[in-house]
Amino acid sequence: MARETIEVPITGKIISVAVKAGDTVKEGDVICMLESMKMENPILSPVDGAIVEIGVEPEQVVKPGEKIAVIEY
Amino acid sequence: MDAFIDALNSLGQGFMNLTWEAAVMILIGCVLLYLGIGRKIEPLLLVPIGFGVVLGNLPLANLGAQDQGGVINLLYTAGILTEIFPVLLFLGLGAMIDFGPMLANPVVLIFGAAGQFGIFITLLLALGLGFVEQEAVSIAVIGACDGPTAIYVTSKYARELLPAVSIAAYSYMALVPIIQPPIMRGMTTRKERETPMAAGEKQVSQRVKVLFPIIAGIATILIAPMGAPLMGMLMLGNLLKESGVVGRLVDVSQNTIANLVTLLLGLCIGASMLGGNFLTWDTLLVFALGFIAISMDTVFGMLLGKLMRVLSKGKINPLLGAAGTSAFPMSARVVQKEGQRANPRNFLLWHAIGANTGGQIGSVMAAAVMLAVLSGLGIGPLA
Repeated sequence: MARETIEVPITGKIISVAVKAGDTVKEGDVICMLESMKMENPILSPVDGAIVEIGVEPEQVVKPGEKIAVIEY
Repeated sequence: MDAFIDALNSLGQGFMNLTWEAAVMILIGCVLLYLGIGRKIEPLLLVPIGFGVVLGNLPLANLGAQDQGGVINLLYTAGILTEIFPVLLFLGLGAMIDFGPMLANPVVLIFGAAGQFGIFITLLLALGLGFVEQEAVSIAVIGACDGPTAIYVTSKYARELLPAVSIAAYSYMALVPIIQPPIMRGMTTRKERETPMAAGEKQVSQRVKVLFPIIAGIATILIAPMGAPLMGMLMLGNLLKESGVVGRLVDVSQNTIANLVTLLLGLCIGASMLGGNFLTWDTLLVFALGFIAISMDTVFGMLLGKLMRVLSKGKINPLLGAAGTSAFPMSARVVQKEGQRANPRNFLLWHAIGANTGGQIGSVMAAAVMLAVLSGLGIGPLA
């Protein structure tokens, strides 16, 4: 099966994480909420699949390129 | 006994003098209060405006913006007719804006220019509908998507239209998330909206951020001096923020000045919305033309976005064109949402914020061009 890593697109802070390892997600489902530039931005699943790894937690300050989650599909 | 009856009579004078127009306006004021408090729609604006409408229309209260010698009249005269309130508001805005995304990717500034085209289309429409030049310019500037700019121009040239123009400008700014998406979807294919772009975050040096407001302030004011009060304060506020050495002034600009002026501006605008001057056919036309102005801003922005996509060989997502308005950060948020909706891998926020801050500069420049044209034609303020 293929894997896709979702990376942090822009500097900010993770407000909440909506999934955990083992969860199945559909394309467009919210993985986590990232606060950046005074806005709350959802980070969405790009594919239908299963979460195999989560790399962030709430209140974590993140930078571009850091791993948010790995999805197997 | 007579004195008692006289006292009772005087107590009822307010009811005796209540006209149907004032009653309608008080009702409108209460609706604005409901929207602000109950629905939490732009409460910072709607609560003072709504209560201002109520106060201004209560008979014998002497609280209308035009009631000579009244408390609100004094604020209106000193703050709006002198243009001090909108100018001070720009100081606060400047202290809040981060031009970093625009400076990191200056090409997005072009979207800030395209986002002002609705102003010029609406100017022609307003002239065609019979508004005189000063009124037409004031109405068209609603297309700047920028309340303080619209108030600045209208208070200078067409004070009679100030209530309608300012309410329309602020209303449409708030409605950007509803107005823009159908136009964006209607003008693009799904494939175009899916266009992937790297998130693109790039940092610019602090030196560049400090130099920008100084250089941009000088250059834009030399090009369009009529916009100097707005641009000067916008850039001063930004310089305070980016200089990093006047934290107290940044704090007072971002909070005290911006909040105080928002309160007083809202109150004065509300108290200027009186039955006699607001419940008119012209008000409806102002709202209709303002809607056209903002819609056309989006249309032209999208057309440029599509052109940029072709010129960049598919590297620029055309949705960015819609972020060139001055409605900050509403337009950027709409672009981010629509881009992500079409392609969950898309994250256009950084680019959209850049275009959106470019739109703020563009709106002041567009207003300055309009004022320069009026001045060049020898057209003064309406009496």
